[in-house]
Amino acid sequence: MAHGGGGAGVGFFQEDEILGKAYDARLMRRLLGYLRPYRGLVVVALVILLGLSLADVAPPIIAKFIVDNAIAPAVSHEIPADEGFARLGPLALLYIAVLLVSSGFRYAQSMLASYVGQNAMYDLRVGLFGHLEGLSLSFFDRNPVGRLMTRITNDIDALTDMVTQGVVAIFGDVVVIVVIAVVLAILDWRLALVTYAAVPILIAMTMYFRRMMRESFRAIRIRLARVNAYLNENISGMAILQLFTRERRSFEEFDALNTDLLNANQGGIRAMALFIPAVQFTRAGTSAALFIAAGYWILGGQLTFGTLFAFWQLVERFFSPIQDLSEKYNIMQAAMASSERVFRLMDTEPTIVDPPHPRELAHVRGEITFDNVSFAYNEGDYVLRDVTFKISAAESVAIVGATGAGKTSIISLISRFYDVQKGRILLDGVDLRELRQRDVRRHVGVVLQDPFIFAGTVASNIRLNNEAIGDQQVRAAATFVNADKFIEKLPHGYETVVTERGSTLSVGQKQLLAFARAIAFNPEILLVLDEATSSVDTETEHLIQDALAKLMVGRTSIIIAHRLSTIQNVDRIIVLHKGRVVEMGTHRDLLAQRGVYHRLYELQYRAHEAGASA
Amino acid sequence: MTSARATFFHYLGQRKLQLVIGIGCAAATALASVVPPRFIGAIIDSLQKGTTFETVVLLALASVGFSAGEAIFRGIARYLLLNLARQAEYEMRNDLFAHLQKMHLAYFQHQRIGDLMARMTNDLTAVRQMYGPALMQGAFTVMTFVFALLSMLSVSVKLTVVAMILMPLASVAFWWVGRNVHVRFERLQAKFGDLSTKAQENFSGIRVVKAFGQEAPEVRDFARVNRDYVGKAIGLTAMQGLIWPTMSFILGLAVLSVLYIGGQDAIRGELTIGQLIQFVAYLYLLSWPMIAIGWISNMFQAGWASLIRLQELFDAKPAIEDPIDPVTIPIKGAIEVRGVSFAYGQTIVLHDVSFRVPAGGSLAIVGPTGSGKSTLVNLIPRLFDVQQGEVLIDGINVRRYPLQQLRRAVGYVPQETFLFSVPLRENVAFGLELALTESQIDWAGDVSQLNKDVEDFPARYDTMIGERGVTLSGGQKQRTAIARAVAKDPQVLILDDALSAVDTYTEAEILRRLRGVMRERTSIVVAHRISTVKDADEILVLDDGRVAERGTHRDLLEHGGLYAQMYRRQLLEEELEVDEEREEHAKRLKAATDDEPPFGVRPRLGGMGPEGA
Repeated sequence: MAHGGGGAGVGFFQEDEILGKAYDARLMRRLLGYLRPYRGLVVVALVILLGLSLADVAPPIIAKFIVDNAIAPAVSHEIPADEGFARLGPLALLYIAVLLVSSGFRYAQSMLASYVGQNAMYDLRVGLFGHLEGLSLSFFDRNPVGRLMTRITNDIDALTDMVTQGVVAIFGDVVVIVVIAVVLAILDWRLALVTYAAVPILIAMTMYFRRMMRESFRAIRIRLARVNAYLNENISGMAILQLFTRERRSFEEFDALNTDLLNANQGGIRAMALFIPAVQFTRAGTSAALFIAAGYWILGGQLTFGTLFAFWQLVERFFSPIQDLSEKYNIMQAAMASSERVFRLMDTEPTIVDPPHPRELAHVRGEITFDNVSFAYNEGDYVLRDVTFKISAAESVAIVGATGAGKTSIISLISRFYDVQKGRILLDGVDLRELRQRDVRRHVGVVLQDPFIFAGTVASNIRLNNEAIGDQQVRAAATFVNADKFIEKLPHGYETVVTERGSTLSVGQKQLLAFARAIAFNPEILLVLDEATSSVDTETEHLIQDALAKLMVGRTSIIIAHRLSTIQNVDRIIVLHKGRVVEMGTHRDLLAQRGVYHRLYELQYRAHEAGASA
Repeated sequence: MTSARATFFHYLGQRKLQLVIGIGCAAATALASVVPPRFIGAIIDSLQKGTTFETVVLLALASVGFSAGEAIFRGIARYLLLNLARQAEYEMRNDLFAHLQKMHLAYFQHQRIGDLMARMTNDLTAVRQMYGPALMQGAFTVMTFVFALLSMLSVSVKLTVVAMILMPLASVAFWWVGRNVHVRFERLQAKFGDLSTKAQENFSGIRVVKAFGQEAPEVRDFARVNRDYVGKAIGLTAMQGLIWPTMSFILGLAVLSVLYIGGQDAIRGELTIGQLIQFVAYLYLLSWPMIAIGWISNMFQAGWASLIRLQELFDAKPAIEDPIDPVTIPIKGAIEVRGVSFAYGQTIVLHDVSFRVPAGGSLAIVGPTGSGKSTLVNLIPRLFDVQQGEVLIDGINVRRYPLQQLRRAVGYVPQETFLFSVPLRENVAFGLELALTESQIDWAGDVSQLNKDVEDFPARYDTMIGERGVTLSGGQKQRTAIARAVAKDPQVLILDDALSAVDTYTEAEILRRLRGVMRERTSIVVAHRISTVKDADEILVLDDGRVAERGTHRDLLEHGGLYAQMYRRQLLEEELEVDEEREEHAKRLKAATDDEPPFGVRPRLGGMGPEGA
């Protein structure tokens, strides 16, 4: 199945997909490994396939007997007409029975292939997703969401196509070819040889045209991608195009690309317009040769009409799978390329791993120590340098600094989204790297700057997937952070459906929801990223401030603050400047120093409170 | 072309001869295809009666002759008819692009680009399939059906009646299954959408997922969505899988019925064995058209629905067009905005704004985000038309100039830089009739301070920009856009917040050079930084779509309003930055003296540092 929209959209803009071999033993073995849990069904499917091939060959043979044993003898008066009529009946019944069996087998076979293929690929897809979930954040920084999406959707679909259609069909075609070849030889070996003679011609012809067509399709794909990329870019930049009065030139360029595409398409049409008649003519030629040869032997009394009739019908069924086989090349090639990409992703190791013998944290107090920490996202490009500080349990600290000072990195490091390059970070005196990531994160609640809202309900966004958090607790959490008022005003309260990215909620509401989410998990340590966000109305602003103040009570809190009220309420302020801790102390002390904090305060906080904005 | 029907015939009618010959060849193909079975019947009958081997050979060769004719005509019909469709597709694509080029900016803001692209790809393909495979197969099918039916009637009316009772069942079955497959396919697509959304949401929100330790539940949830998808996929196969068993059963039944009933006729001497086998050959010939009818009608339906969607594009009328009686006086560049109001839908963004810039003068516009600055400058090159009031250049309403002339006179640097994936040189010379000379490029690159970056590019100005080339930084992009606007040598230059990603030193350099260039021309600069605007002849402070303050830098500071507040804030900001710059500067000096061999200090350092230090 080609998933029109999704698939095409991505495909169009990849100029030239790298397509390699149509068969790679190593990848194939690994893929077939996913069929192992269904090996019983696979065996059944193979048996049915064999039965199907036999059932497919049977009708022409029964037809032979209808002609040879019933009609022809009666016509030539070897047997009485009544006897001829009598012989027709049972053969006709047998014919119908075979037809029913073959139709049933065919249906069963496609259902089995689909069931096994879909389930095996389900395992692969869920396995890939699960593997991705375990990868570190730095992996997601490097790999755009679009690329991961292509792997998990289109690439796996290509593999499903291969399993449900490709492999089964190839196997089925081969079985049919062998069975018919044998049956032909049994019916009459001399006529069989005449038929076989056409096979190399057909194969050579098909292969020649396939190669031509592959080149042609490649050219078409590349040129179509160019046309669409040009179109996309020019529609996106239409204002510039018009402002710079470039309509005519752009049209000429587009026309040139479009003409290239037309030419490539015409090349493809030419090739097909030669190929299809050529194959058809070969088949017609073969059946003429068959009739000539058969005529010679029938005249010599060495062959019956029925055998000729059976041959004539079987030859058609013999040639189709031979041609079909070459069609499967593309499916296999795409699948190999997809499996290469999927398995490469599967083989990516997480950079942040749990230690083999993690230390257990029985009771978390929430003391956090940064001990000479230096950290860089990209090797050598340090965003934190020699950062040392200690935050006692239940203490509240604000981290302030200009943009790019490294505030966000501190939050990410405490959650162990990344590992430090130098120094260490301790939780209750234990290095984070000696703990399980899960354990760390269970005790650390994070409120991010752009609160992420999942598709679901308001309630499901508070409890996430944690069923242990009941409705009661969801409501309590929402009430605690002042989110209950707006939630209750929503059309269905806590069960109101919210969309991806939370477009139905305002920024302030999303923030309150994120608070509720954090508090529902009741963490010992709270990290809040609260840098300036766009317009939050004064009423919500007040609710947020109040909620934040309540959240900080009784738990270690680290706030990247943008509200004056917040930094005035915390126990201590750490001032970061260019990745270093430059000042530390209370609001009052720091103001008195008249250093970096003083200037930041003048700029960010006082001005903000005055309500002025640039 | 006013309707989908007219559009359909317009593109079909472009190559009437090709169409007629193509259909003629399809008819010849069908006619030739019904002949060989007749020879097969003749061979068998003559064999039965006893004949010479030569006769058999002659009959077989005659049969091959007709098959050859059939193959040749099929090839020609295919070639002509499929090319016709490709040519129609080509023309439609060109026409659609040309049409989109005429559409106004607001159209592209309403219509999502993804939707436009979908129409120009998926819908165009569906329409092309209607013109091509559907038309061709339709021709083959109808003619083959007619000729095969006539041939069958000539052999046996009774058997024809039997076949015509059974064979249409294949068409009906195919049509019915096809419809249900479509429904199930849509359902599968919907589940595929759910699956994609789930994965996308998870990857985008991976920070939250990890922060709350939600990996395992997320995998469970993904597995659930995936399970639904697999269920629908198998459901689709359950329907789709019916097609071939049903078709082969119906065809097999038809062959058997003919053999059974025809066999009795043969025994009774009403039919020869040759005729019987000839008749079976017709059944095989008919089987494809019987199946294809359903397929073709589905293609026509889909193609027509797509054609209607494309017609909607053609039907959209450009809102900004050339005047009927254009004024062609050369533009000098005096700009006047008189009592202008503007709204996007219900949202009013400009209220009664007026200003005047004499030719060669300069105006700066400042104000908070969303105050209407960009909208205001967009009105000058008519990206939008005013709803109330007037925009005049040299005392004449901008609507009276030909669009080409108006836009040629305006150099515009938009807020969001858009560059094309072509070499840098072509981006700078974008829209110019003649290629830029080396000295012109160099000049534009100097004014925009792009030259020093270009030194580092692999092929200098011939470096490819974009995905398949060099990715430019925000500042480099903005400077390229400035070079592009300057290279036009415009009478009016508009910078819409076009220096936001450029550092203050480079900004000062650019502004200094622009002042030289713009001595004779009119400039309008939208900016946030006071340093960008302070030297303008007049500064306009916009707030919520109204002119809040206006005057020179000095006037506005004295006035002590919004502008003065902005100024104070930015001074503080600079104080902080100066610290950083000083530190940075010291470090660079140190690095320079550390690394640099004794024979030279980097010349650029001296030029950049002192202004701030």
